[in-house]
This record gives sequence, structure tokens and C-alpha cells, in this order.
Amino acid sequence: MTALLELENVGKRFPVGRRRFFGGTPQPHVHAVDDVSLTVDRGETVGLVGESGCGKSTLVRLITRLLDVTTGKIWFDRRELAEVPARVFARDDDRAHIQMVFQDAGESINPRFTAANAIADPLRRLLGLRGEALTARVEEAALQCGLPSELLGRFPHQLSGGQRARVGIARAIGTRPRLLVLDEPTAALDVSVQVTVLKLLQRLKADLGLSYIFVSHDLNVVRLLCDRVVVMYLGRIVESGPAAEVFAAPLHPYTRSLVAAVPRLDGERVEAARLTGEPRSPIDPDPNACRFHGRCPVGVARCGTEMPPLRDFGGGRFAACHFAGQAGDRWDKVTST
Amino acid sequence: MMLASHAVPAATPAPVLRVENLSVAFHTRGGLVRALDRVGFSVGAGQTMALVGESGSGKSVTAYAIMGLLEAAGRITGGRALLGDTDLVATPPKELARIRGRRVAMIFQNPRAALNPIRTVGKQIADVLLRHGGATRANAWDRAIEALRNVGIPDPARRAKAYPFELSGGMCQRVMIAIAVAARPELLIADEPTTGLDVTTQAVVMDLIQQMAAETGMATILITHDLALAAERAGRIAVMHAGHMVEDADTASLLSRPSHPYTARLIAATPTAAGSLDSLSSVPGGLPDLRRADIPHCRYAARCERRTDACDQIVEMRAHTPGHGVACWNPLTPMGQPAEGAPA
Amino acid sequence: MSTAAAPIGTPKTGTNPISPRLAGANPGDTGPAGTPRATPTPKTSTAWAHARYVLGENPVTLIAALLFAAYAAMALLGSAIAPFDPLASDTARALQAPTWRHLFGTDQLGRDILSRVIVAARVDIGIALASVALVFAAGGLAGLAAGFFGGWVDAVVGRIADTIMAFPLFILAMGIVAALGNTIPNIVLATAIVNFPLYARVARAETLTRRDAGFVDAARLSGHRDGALLLTQVLPNIMPIMVVQMSLTMGYAILNAAGLSFIGLGVRPPTAEWGIMVAEGASFIVSGEWWIALFPGATLMLAVFCFNLLGDGLRDIVDPRRRT
Repeated sequence: MTALLELENVGKRFPVGRRRFFGGTPQPHVHAVDDVSLTVDRGETVGLVGESGCGKSTLVRLITRLLDVTTGKIWFDRRELAEVPARVFARDDDRAHIQMVFQDAGESINPRFTAANAIADPLRRLLGLRGEALTARVEEAALQCGLPSELLGRFPHQLSGGQRARVGIARAIGTRPRLLVLDEPTAALDVSVQVTVLKLLQRLKADLGLSYIFVSHDLNVVRLLCDRVVVMYLGRIVESGPAAEVFAAPLHPYTRSLVAAVPRLDGERVEAARLTGEPRSPIDPDPNACRFHGRCPVGVARCGTEMPPLRDFGGGRFAACHFAGQAGDRWDKVTST
Repeated sequence: MMLASHAVPAATPAPVLRVENLSVAFHTRGGLVRALDRVGFSVGAGQTMALVGESGSGKSVTAYAIMGLLEAAGRITGGRALLGDTDLVATPPKELARIRGRRVAMIFQNPRAALNPIRTVGKQIADVLLRHGGATRANAWDRAIEALRNVGIPDPARRAKAYPFELSGGMCQRVMIAIAVAARPELLIADEPTTGLDVTTQAVVMDLIQQMAAETGMATILITHDLALAAERAGRIAVMHAGHMVEDADTASLLSRPSHPYTARLIAATPTAAGSLDSLSSVPGGLPDLRRADIPHCRYAARCERRTDACDQIVEMRAHTPGHGVACWNPLTPMGQPAEGAPA
Repeated sequence: MSTAAAPIGTPKTGTNPISPRLAGANPGDTGPAGTPRATPTPKTSTAWAHARYVLGENPVTLIAALLFAAYAAMALLGSAIAPFDPLASDTARALQAPTWRHLFGTDQLGRDILSRVIVAARVDIGIALASVALVFAAGGLAGLAAGFFGGWVDAVVGRIADTIMAFPLFILAMGIVAALGNTIPNIVLATAIVNFPLYARVARAETLTRRDAGFVDAARLSGHRDGALLLTQVLPNIMPIMVVQMSLTMGYAILNAAGLSFIGLGVRPPTAEWGIMVAEGASFIVSGEWWIALFPGATLMLAVFCFNLLGDGLRDIVDPRRRT
């Protein structure tokens, strides 16, 4: 397998507050995404998980080229995209190849557009389709997403949640993209329709040869769909690896707390230390301290002075913790209290 | 009178809240929406009861009706909600306002919106303590700080001076909990208290609610769309569908031996810690249009694969084993004795 | 993929599926009759049906609409429905109190006041309409750009609006007309300028709430650049609220135009215009000829009243939160 998308040390910083007129202290920055490298292979689904504020939304906007990177490179099909400004990329040939399904389909469809118009919009703008060809492609996309054509004339508020989700998906696949970013595509849906939409996504991936980046806070859903999972904390990747293995035996203490916090239908609660406290401030964080330090149940003095690098643990697994993979005593001692 | 409540074993202590035949209708442009139809359940001291269902199932309406907080278009068209000996449905609004906050408290989905944005959280807690918690002007502030400490907010003396926007969503929900339990209520209604919060924060907030319930012995009604959360946190689960209560049982029994086809479908649709996507299946169809005058007696019938001719008759909650009620003519598990008041 | 798979192969009719007309065809077979807060609206509802509903609910809006129709007729038909020539003076009939022949009486030159009031509608409403259209375009676009791009665009638009707001608005309008000369285009311009902050602010606020909406990002992914996105995606969404704003400021614009004329900075006599007529009639009130000022004044007041009520009614019509 070859990589379809490759991020190389991607970072994004946003200035905060007013710049001082007379210099003085340097401009403070929020480090939304910091030194992120990851690859997505062709036909692969990579899950991106983490709490709100961990930078996954920013990363998604960087990957979909809605936002320009501060540092790093984005290789898409061997082409470097980070150097193309987001403004210009709107009319780029590869615009059609990187598309996105939004979290709340109701909100991401212009309320004044019918379903058909919403699906047609990228086809018109990006592929220049008109008339018969356009109609045919709209209907094809709708059909692929199980959207009855009699619903195509409706406005978003006239559709049910599941139907809106299908419109959002149909719009995203219409231009025949190669990479589809799914930003919590089922978060706004009832559990009764969620499965249908997930199965639709799985089928589309196989039928159309897509690669997915699947962003979700629902680990149970991520596990269902993803080959590999990337865990982010405060702008950095703290762990990545095959989804099943990461969830079964997390290496990083943050992943461990995350997995333990997921409610389980069998009612069994995994006894692990709760993550209390708040994440550190993302404004100019100490480059020499682990971002999880202070909230981490393991943390020792070393974590405050030495940023743990993402280390290779074999089998495609990576974790950024000084103590990951060590014999469990330190772990269990701390987490069982 | 029709008794919709299932057979609660007589041995259990007197419930804190006992809801019987509660019906609610909304007047809208499209007609009368029968949002709640003869809902009944009860919850005892120290117990946690979960109301589970999809959006539109009426679980929140149940809570708002009990609290007397239905919006203007909504009317309680029948039934009772007994808090001890007080029927909340028959209580005049003024008195109900006194009961809210003192005997019954509620926390909401969006805690930041439920807090006053221009008052510090310490002052807001102190207000409630003065009104309901028996605090005096002299000690209200100190007790507010104490309350913040009790809900696990670090450095409470400093956080008491913070405004809601300066706190994270999880922190705001803790403040809401501090306000809710200030008067040591008998009943806490938590309406999707962790929706919108991260899973790690959700775990902490739910821990806190349970800890508070254990300390004060209050009953808790947890309203959630997340069956897994209910399974983990509630002793009893009542499943709602389109304004009907379809099944009500202790958690283990409900999950291991679901009796109503809808419950079984809901369980089959909920992702688990194991299992693949193929092992899950969705619930077919959608909710019926509650505005229709000829709404079927079983509101699940149109979606149900076990539907028989009997389903056209009024269906009542019956106990198929003691403490496990189901409102279905053709349940998945064999029925025991019908509860009293079963239709002829 | 069990649900919704069956009806896909519906026969293709000649109709273009991209036409919104299909929407009304089959009413809500799918929408769950949800929670009471998401109260279902009839799927067939068109804007017109909704307007009818609001009018039925709110008779005041109906009255305003009827009044509006009357004013529109006066403005459009003007001298055709006026019983007399509004400019023909007849000193023999000067200062007559209202009679059946002259319903509103006659003025100091013996002109029929009713005819003058009717003919004046075109002048006053015309000026108001032109100025509102001008400020709608200028203020709306400025506010749209300010809200969408933020940064220096926002700062510039904001400062301009603040500068205008710093003056008492009527005094500012007087100043502009006095400086540029009192012609009708200048009155239109002055009225538009004093209304600019209102429009810019409403457009900016409405744009701000939509700037981060998902559909804006979705449009970027569909290949829209900022300019196109602003005009084809955001503008249609803020349009309804801007139309409401138009109606609400129409009343003020009429008052402003009449006010300028009243103090002699607007339309010049002998043109029939409400403000001038009130000004001319004012001096006769002390001597008992009340009708000269009263009828034009009342017509002016009713016009302002009508547009304000209409604005409120329109707000109810376009506000989806009122769609219960």
C-alpha cells in the first residue's frame, strides 16, 4: 500500500490577543496543532480521536485545505499541497479529490438550498457540469447514498436527520474524491439511524475506493469503522496504531483513561483513574514538558522537563510517553488508586 | 381509572416519585401533538432510574411535565406525579416553584446556558443556599465555597469568583450540580447532563452525580439517549418510544432479556466494546406522526416486525416477571400474569 | 442498508430534479413528529401559506397590510384618483373647513387638501423608497463584508457607522442637504446616509452568526471563493431579515424626508408634500384652521405607523422561531 496522504511535522498556531504596538513581549500563540506527522494509505480508514480542544478540528481543516499550515508539509498523492494557499486551493484540481462530511448535516447544508442543489453545488463549481450531465450525476450520488430521488427537491428542514446525513454524504462523494474526511458524521443522529449511516459509509468506501479520516469522540464508533487510530491531546499525537490493539491495550496513560471512560453496554466499568482537572493552556505551552503532565496519573518530575517523543513500539504502534510499554507495575500502582 | 403503572413489588419502600398515567399534549399549528400518553414509573430513595429513548420519544417532556416547566403550548391532560404525598400535577404554580429547587432539582444539557452569565458562580450558589438551603447572609459565601469543594472543583475559593464563561463545560456542570443539591432535594432530574461533554468529563460528572445521590439518599432520574450510559449508571431503565413507555425493568434484566421488540432493536443498534459493524442493525422506520388523530394504540406497531392483529388494541404495561414491565401484545419473552387493569 | 433503498428507481419524469418545486409534492411521510420544541411545520407550507397564517394570527399586521395597499395605490395612481388638481388655486374657496365636496378642506390658496395629500404620497414614499433601496445596497454590502472578512474591513465599516451615529441623525441629514443643495436626489442621499449604520450593523450581525456555519465551509469545499461565497451563500440567508429592516426604516425615511421639507430643506413649494403642507398649515392652527395641518400630518403619521407595523409583521413571517 502506498500513502495517499502524508503529513510531515504539520503545525498550526493562532495569534491570540492584541499585538503590542511597541513590541515588548512577543505575540502569544495558541498551539492548536503541533508537530503532527501521519499517513493515510489508499483504502485505509484512520480514526482521529481526542477531547474537544485537542486540535482535531483544526487538523481536519488543515487536511481539507480550508486553513493554511504554519509549519510542515502536506503530501497528497505525492503532491505538496501545503504550499498552495487555501484561498487558491478552492479552484485547484485536487479540490475535488479531498472532500468532507460535516458533523451536523442540518447545519452544513445551506438552508436555502434544496437537497439536489446542495449535491449539485460542488459538481457545478469543481467539475463544471451543467444540464443533463449534472442531473445525472446528482441522481447517481443520491442513489449511491440511498436517497430516494423524490426527496431531492426538499429543503434541509424538510428532511429527517438520517436523510440530511445522506445528503451531506452524497454531496461529498459527488466529485469522486479520493480522500474523505468524516467529521463526527453520526454525532447528531439517533442510535437507530447511526448504524445505517455507518454501514453506508463502509459500503461507499469499498465501492468507490475511498480513504477515510474519521473524526469522532465516540470510541465505540471509531472502533467499528477504523483500521488505524490516532489519539491527540492538546495539539499533539500521543498514540497511534491499529484500532483494535490501541483500544484493547492502550500504551499512553491518556488513551487508557479515554478508553476507560467510555460507557459500556454490558455495564462493566473499567476501573481506571478518572481524568480530573483541566488540560493545560494551549497558549505557548512549555516545549520541554509533556502536554499531559499535571493531569497524568503517572507523571513524574521528568515529564515536566522532557517532552516525550513519539516512539515506535513495533506492529505499527506508536506512543509518546516515557513510561509507555514498561512493565506494568508503575502503571497499575498509580491507576488503581 | 386505567392503571398504567406496572406491578412494583409491594415490599419496596415508598417511592420518592411515583408517576401514574401522565399524559401531555401540545397545541401546534399542525394540530394536537400527543407527546406523552399514560406514562407511569416510580423511583425510590437512593435509586437511579434512566429514561432512555430516541429524540422525540418524550423523555424530556416527561421531566418538564413533572417539574411544571412545560412551555405554554403544552398541557398535562391527565395523570399524577406524586412526590411523597404531593401531586405535582395538581399543585398550583406558586407552590410548585417552591418545591422546585427545594424538593426536586434539575440539571440540563447545556450547563453554561443554564447559569446566569453575569453573576459569579459563587454568588449563584449562595443565592440558592439563601433561598433553599437555610444559609444566612453571613455564611452563604463560605457555604458556596464549601459546595464547590464538594463537587470536586479545585481551588474553590478562587473559582467561586469566576463567571460561567471562564469555566469549562464540565466545570459548569459541576456548578449546576452544586446548585441542584444545595437544598438536599429528594429527587434530582438530570436531563442529558453529559451530552456535549467529553467522555472523560462525562465519567467524572456522572461519578459526581452518583456520589451526591449516595451521600444524600436522593432519587435520580437520568434522561439520556445513550443506552450504554444508562446501563452503566442506572439501576433501572425505562425505555420510551413516541410518548409511550414500552419497557421498564432493572438494568440487568432489561439488557439480558429485553421483552419489547423496540428495546431489543435499540440494544442491537448500540455499538459495544466488542463486535463488528455487521453485528449491529438499525431500527427500521421512524416515529409515527403524533399529530394524527388515528394514532395506533401501539405507536411502535408500524415499525415492528412482530406485529399481529392484536396490536390494534390498547396496550398496557404488564409485568412479565415481577419488576419487569412491558407494553407489548407480542413480547419477546413469555408473559407472566398481567398486571391489574389489563384491558379486557 | 435496509431502509430507503426501495424507492430509488423512481421513473424519471421530464422535471428537473433540481427544481425546488418538487418539495411540496408529498407532505411529511418521513419527518418524525418530534419533540414539542421542534414543532413540526407542514411540509407543504410555502412562504405564502405561512404569511396567511401570520396575518390570521396577528390582525394588526393585516391592518398594516391594508393601509400599505392604500398608500401604494395613492403613490401609484396619484393624480388619477385625486378629485381635484392639487396645484390649482382658487382663492374664492380658500380656507374652507372640510365639506363633502372637500373632504379634507382647502388651504390658504383654495387648493383641495385631499388631492394634495394623495399626490404627495408619490413624492414622500418615492423619496423614502429610493433612499432605503440605496442604503439597503450600500449598508447591506458593507455590513456583509465587515461581518465576513472582519479585520480591517470591519474596522473601517465600523468607524464609518460610528461617525454617522455620533451626530444627531436629523441634524446630520439637515447638514448634508444644506451643503449639497436641496434637491430630491440629495434628500434621498441624506436619508440613506443617516440610515447606513442601522443596515450595516444588522447585516454584520447576521453575517457573523452565519460565517462559521457548516455550510460556509461546505461551500469552500465545493470550490467557492470568498467573494462568490458571500454573494451566493451568505447573502440569501440574511436577505429576509434585511427586508424586515427595510420596512422598519421606511417609516423613519418618510418622516425624515417630510421633516426636511417641513423646515424648508426639502422639496420646495408649491409641490404637494406632507412635510410642507404641515409646515404651511402650522401657522393657521392658532387662527382655528386646524384641517390644513392635521390631515397631511395624520396621513404622515399613519404612513410611519403602517411601515413599522408591517416590519413587525414581516419579522414574524421570516422568523422561523415564530413558526409554531
